[in-house]
Amino acid sequence: MAEMTIRDALNQALREEIIRDENVFIMGEEVAEYDGAYKVTRGLWKEFGDKRVVDTPITELGFAAVGVGAAMAGLRPVIEFMTFNFSILAADQIINHAAKMLYMSGGQFKVPIVFRGPNGSAYQVSSQHSQALEAFYANFPGLKVVMPSTPADAKGLLKSSIRDDNPVVFLEQERMYGLKGEVPEDEDFLIPLGVADVKREGTDCTIVARSMTVPLAMQAAEQMQGEFDVSVEVIDPRTIKPLDIETIVKSVKKTNRLVIAEESHAFASVGAEISYQVMEKAFDYLDAPIKRISTAEAPMPYAKNLEELALPDVPKIVAAVKEVCYL
Amino acid sequence: MPKTATRQKTTTKTNKSLSNGNNKFVKQKPEEKITDKVDPKVSQNEHKERKKSQKGLIKNVEPELLKEMLYQMVLGRIFEQKCAEVYRIGKIGGFCHLYIGQEAVAIGSMMTLREDDLVITAYRDHVQAMVKGIPPEAVMAELYGREGGVVKGKGGSMHMFSQEHNFYGGHGIVGGQIGVGTGMAFAQKYKETDNVTLCFFGEAAVNQGIFHESLNMAQLWKLPCIYICENNKYGMGTSQARAMSISSIAQKAEGYGVASEFVDGMDVLAVRAATERAIKRAREKSLPTLLEIRCYRFMGHSMSDPGKYRSTDEIKQYQLRDPIFLFKESLLDAKVITDKDYEEIENRAKEAVEKALKFAEESPLPDEKELFTDVYA
Repeated sequence: MAEMTIRDALNQALREEIIRDENVFIMGEEVAEYDGAYKVTRGLWKEFGDKRVVDTPITELGFAAVGVGAAMAGLRPVIEFMTFNFSILAADQIINHAAKMLYMSGGQFKVPIVFRGPNGSAYQVSSQHSQALEAFYANFPGLKVVMPSTPADAKGLLKSSIRDDNPVVFLEQERMYGLKGEVPEDEDFLIPLGVADVKREGTDCTIVARSMTVPLAMQAAEQMQGEFDVSVEVIDPRTIKPLDIETIVKSVKKTNRLVIAEESHAFASVGAEISYQVMEKAFDYLDAPIKRISTAEAPMPYAKNLEELALPDVPKIVAAVKEVCYL
Repeated sequence: MPKTATRQKTTTKTNKSLSNGNNKFVKQKPEEKITDKVDPKVSQNEHKERKKSQKGLIKNVEPELLKEMLYQMVLGRIFEQKCAEVYRIGKIGGFCHLYIGQEAVAIGSMMTLREDDLVITAYRDHVQAMVKGIPPEAVMAELYGREGGVVKGKGGSMHMFSQEHNFYGGHGIVGGQIGVGTGMAFAQKYKETDNVTLCFFGEAAVNQGIFHESLNMAQLWKLPCIYICENNKYGMGTSQARAMSISSIAQKAEGYGVASEFVDGMDVLAVRAATERAIKRAREKSLPTLLEIRCYRFMGHSMSDPGKYRSTDEIKQYQLRDPIFLFKESLLDAKVITDKDYEEIENRAKEAVEKALKFAEESPLPDEKELFTDVYA
């Protein structure tokens, strides 16, 4: 084990997979000579050269398409979006092409590709650079959607995503690149897609959180323990699709209370889907209505106070836990 | 409805520039006047001119291959005619875009390929699929939505695929496959094969951003991709004149430094010759080419197209230049085939289509479990 940031854990995963499989290459804006807009690909171009680390023009639809065609023809591209907001330009390739190719071709053409990059808010970057798109991509059969929240998960999940034969949307978070944690150094350290992780065990209330809201949920849990002696269990699905609903249901059956914390708009969100599935599978176990903390139903504002108001935070999650616990 | 603009003279003049095939760029002539006139004389003259050209080119191709090219054109025509027939009685559902009139493009370009070369196209894909080697049975059964279809009844008319034949589909989003084809060529360069990729699209796809993004990357990275623009003059019911600020698509390629040529898409041998030049450039120098192949579809955009945006006179005029009729005449004149040979070719094609139809009729519907297979690998 070694302590490192999420940024370095992702870098290590990429490096190991480039070395392991000659068909793996990284492509995107500023990934090579510039070392990555957020330095996730730092040093890789120097080490592996133009063939394996490919700078592209600012042409999101175009390079996503090149990735899809290359994957159909046997390569395993990792396509970096500088932020996932720009992936919307490439949505035709991700949704209309990558997600459906295997099905439309009657099982003949696999598209083993990873689309990765930061998702969600950063620091005061306003409306067009702060969107969380997991619900959008998770809606389409054929895509897998992954959202790590720790350095170890980031490494193990990215390596699994690169080795997966399906198109994977791998959503990072800019605010979390510097977050540190222990990471196994084993080159075959893999975390299977579709398996949730219990980040904190508890007995009185379940919080389901992902990506940026996981550390917030952990702090909220500590606060609830200290101030109210409420034992909170925190579950990170890690993969949005396929979703490990069983782990969530098992926890709800134990705690009888559920709060969902997410950094996306509430309407038709992943939290809405989890709420539905819990209602379907554990309705009789719930002692309170499910409570959801999401980003405000408005485009992201620039002003610091408004941005903070829009986003989930520890006090909002604590208030939600208190509410479902009738405190 | 507005009368349709056509550009007869452009086609004639630019064809001449085809003969000097080593040019990197075929210089675009200044925009010629777009005319609404429908003049049978122009068509007859062009037909004559193409015949003259074919007389010269015929010597370069083996007689057996010439016969096989004619067979494939006839097969494509009869197959599509049968599709129209059975579509009208409800045997085929959904969208169905027919290739009638454009046969010289697929046959002329694809029959220059090696088996390991790659092909990708849009939704007007039945004939391309068959020319790449997919049996007519599997294509017809796919149109019928049957288990024996080439993609098990999951794709239908627009989505023929065969990994075995390096046929990468059948794509339904206008222009989407231009980027995917660019990626297929990228993979060939990456893997250091000398395979080329033929990427087909209609002229209306040129108005999509992906066309421009793709050509930029292909020249920037020197990818062995041959972009074949099948300019049939209409994007669905909107004529090129009503949709494109500059009528020359080849000129757009110049904007990215991509070599380009105009080709008369009624002339299967001219298409072949131009594709051979493009293949040489791709295989030997790993460079892209754009071929603007001007053709005409004799049927509607799809089976549900009432066709009110163009006159029957216009269609008749192009039918005077029917690519199959032209090629047949040339082969008869050159004594490569006799009338009896042609009759045999036609009969063979009819039999193949009947066999395909019988196979499709008898093929069972897909098992219900297929709804959920192939969603994930």
